[in-house]
Parts: sequence; structure tokens; C-alpha cells
Amino acid sequence: MSDNDQQLRVSKIRNGTVIDHIAGGQALNVLAILGIDGTSGDSVSVAMNMPSDRLGHKDVVKVEGRELSQDEVDVLSLIAPAATINIIRDYEVVEKRRVERPSVVVGVLECPNRNCITTEDEPVDSRFAVGDDGVRCEYCDTIIRDDLPAHILAE
Amino acid sequence: MRHDHIISAKQLSRGDIETVLDHAADIAADPGAFADRHTDTLLGMLFFEPSTRTKMSFTTAMKRLGGDIVDMGSVESSSVKKGESLADTVRVVEGYTDALVLRHPMEGSAKMASEFVDVPLVNAGDGAGQHPTQTLLDLYTIRENAGFDDLTIGIMGDLKYGRTVHSLAHALTTVDARQHFVSPESLQLPRSVRYDLHEAGAEVREHTDLDEILPELDVLYVTRIQAERFPDESEYREVAGQYQIDAGTLEAAKDDLTVMHPLPRVDEIAHDVDETTHAQYFQQAHNGVPVRMALLDLILGGDQ
Repeated sequence: MSDNDQQLRVSKIRNGTVIDHIAGGQALNVLAILGIDGTSGDSVSVAMNMPSDRLGHKDVVKVEGRELSQDEVDVLSLIAPAATINIIRDYEVVEKRRVERPSVVVGVLECPNRNCITTEDEPVDSRFAVGDDGVRCEYCDTIIRDDLPAHILAE
Repeated sequence: MRHDHIISAKQLSRGDIETVLDHAADIAADPGAFADRHTDTLLGMLFFEPSTRTKMSFTTAMKRLGGDIVDMGSVESSSVKKGESLADTVRVVEGYTDALVLRHPMEGSAKMASEFVDVPLVNAGDGAGQHPTQTLLDLYTIRENAGFDDLTIGIMGDLKYGRTVHSLAHALTTVDARQHFVSPESLQLPRSVRYDLHEAGAEVREHTDLDEILPELDVLYVTRIQAERFPDESEYREVAGQYQIDAGTLEAAKDDLTVMHPLPRVDEIAHDVDETTHAQYFQQAHNGVPVRMALLDLILGGDQ
């Protein structure tokens, strides 16, 4: 069965974004990072642990009515580096993109250092520099190497 | 030197450091020549934590340059008590003063505060993060006593939470010092500092016992191990006891070893060391005034 057939299992969308090749089990974290929680009223479809030639198992997310920008999807590289982004207009894929590792992610992760000023009630977003083997808080210097999804900021 | 804010020792190049230390040496040689340097300048003092040496030496430095200070006072008597954010506090006080000095218990506070103000802001200690002006006076003391060439330094005590250690270790990479870190295993350098030292190509060795490296050292920098870092009093006493020095300990050291401490000390350096030629910690504290005068003069435009 091809990837295309599997995407059909979850209904096609007319206009919006399909995020494919997400590592199996990470779809809900992808939605959390993108701040998509269904409250906008648009359709959101999630397929988890689909067989994939490239990844073994993959997740797929389809967001109706919203075209994600490159900046928005680049933060996904932290947890879904193999993800591909398909922009859909009138049921057709009009653009295919890959996620690129950004140099900085802002307002996405929560600093695990409870004594970091970004965890206080101050008008400042968390800000992490992205390195080869982890991310680093630009305020308190704390390095996160493992389990980035556990540090995604709750909306 | 061109920095709007002094937040971390990491931002200081070897050139920046030498500029400040040279200027401090000029000031120390003839302080009276700088007495009218900043007669219309007001320095805002924002100390969210208790401080004796840092606060008094900044105050002295500003006044010896002809300026004055405006002090927020203790947190208990300020609007912080009413729940005001740090970002709001600094934005208000920058309107009263020409520069700000901030001491705050949380890491990253100085960097965040600097993003909200246009006047120069100096970090006077942010939690377990950085304390760059302490580092400058430490470097001044090291340069005066041991020089920077072929320097071997031992840094001992609480390396995990000690902000003076984190700042100093970064700065010492600019002079290619050999750094030996001596501490209990539970208080070794944090991952971020070790990572930076490695990235800077620094020669770093970690030890749990001072004896094995003491004879090699030109400088021994001692810091306080605090009781609250340990689960109980008896464990603290046992561990802290292994990192105390006295005149007897130093018999194994070089004759010209310089012993430093950011102060306050409790009992990690016995009083009999004070009488030896090794002891430089009081002079080190005194050096805070010319070094902070130099830094303030530079960031307030004294080099123009």
C-alpha cells in the first residue's frame, strides 16, 4: 500500500496543510508546538503509527483551512526532522517543503531550570538556541539534550 | 570597549578585559584625577538580594567618580512586594538614572532586564548564573599577583551554584590559563559551563582532592560551600570539612601562591592564612572599587 492510499484513509482536505512523515507517536506534540488545539473550528485530522517505508511507523496531521509558513514548520525539526509539508489548494498539492533546523526557537519550549527568569510571570518568551546536539536557553544557559517533547510549552 | 550592557563574562574579549584592567590600574594609581569624571551621573541600584561588597563597592565607585546613586532599597520596602514585574521595575527606574546595576536571584534576569532598557545595565549577579564585575576584579587581582602568562589556577568549593566561578572560568579561557576544578562530586561544574570551556579549547581538569594539584598552582580561588546545598547538616559538615584550608595546608604550595576568595567566607579559609603572604582576598575585595570605577567610566563614555 502506498503512502497516498494511507493518506486517503484520513479524509482528503480541500485547502490547508498536510504534515507527513512525522516520527511515529509525535503527532500530538506537533500539534502542541504549532498551537493547534481545535478551538479555531477548522478540521484537524490525525493519523498515528501508519506503516511507512522510510520511518517504519509515521504519523500524519492534516489541518484544514490553514497554510503553515516556513517559520512555523521549522520548529517541528526539533521533534520531527523528517517531516514533509504539503500545502493543499482545491485538493491539489501546490507546494512541498521540508522542515529546516532553525537557529533559534522562541516561545516553543519551557526552560527546565525552575530558577530561570523565563519561567516567571515576566513579559518575555522562552528563547533557545538550536545546536547540533541539543538546545540551550539564551537566558540561563541551561542545555536540553534529551526528550525535547517533554519541554514543549503548554498553551 | 563598546558594550551597551555588561551581562556575562562570556561577552568580554581578552582586549575588553585588558582595557578595563589597564584603566583600573590608572585609576588606582591616581584616584583623585578621576574625582570629577561623572559629576552629573546617577547610578540606579536594584538589589533584589542582600549584598555587602558588591553594593558598597559600586556605590563607592560611582561616588569616587563624582556621581551619586539612587537605591531601590530592600525588596520588602519596594513595589516588587506588590507584585511588580522586573521588566516594569527596570523600565521605571531607567527614567531616573543614567545606568543601572542589577542583582537578582534568578538566572537570566539581567539579560531579560537589559532587553527592556536603553541605559547601560550591569549584571551584579543573577542567581547561579554570572557575576561579570566580580570576575573583572578577580582578574585584576590575578594579573597583579601572578600575571596571565603560563597561569595555573585551582578553583575550589561550590562549582555548581557559584556564579563567581562560572564567570571566572569563562574569562580565564581568554588568557589560556590551565584550570583545575576541585569540589565534591555533587557540586561539580554545570553542564553548560563545562560545554563552553570545552568549546573554548580550555585545559580543564576536575578533582575531588586539593592535595594532588596544590603544589602546581599559581592561584588558589576558594569559594564557600553552602549548607543548603546538602540534604542534611551532618553531610554538609563532612563534605565542607574536606574543602577547608589553613596555614598548614599551604605548606605544600609554592611560596608565591596567591589565595583568593570572593567573600564572605565562613570557615573554608582558616584565620591563620590571613597572616601568610598567600592571602590576597582582602586586597581582592578592595580592588572592586578601581575596577568598578573603570568599568562605569568606560560604559558611561569615559573613553571618548
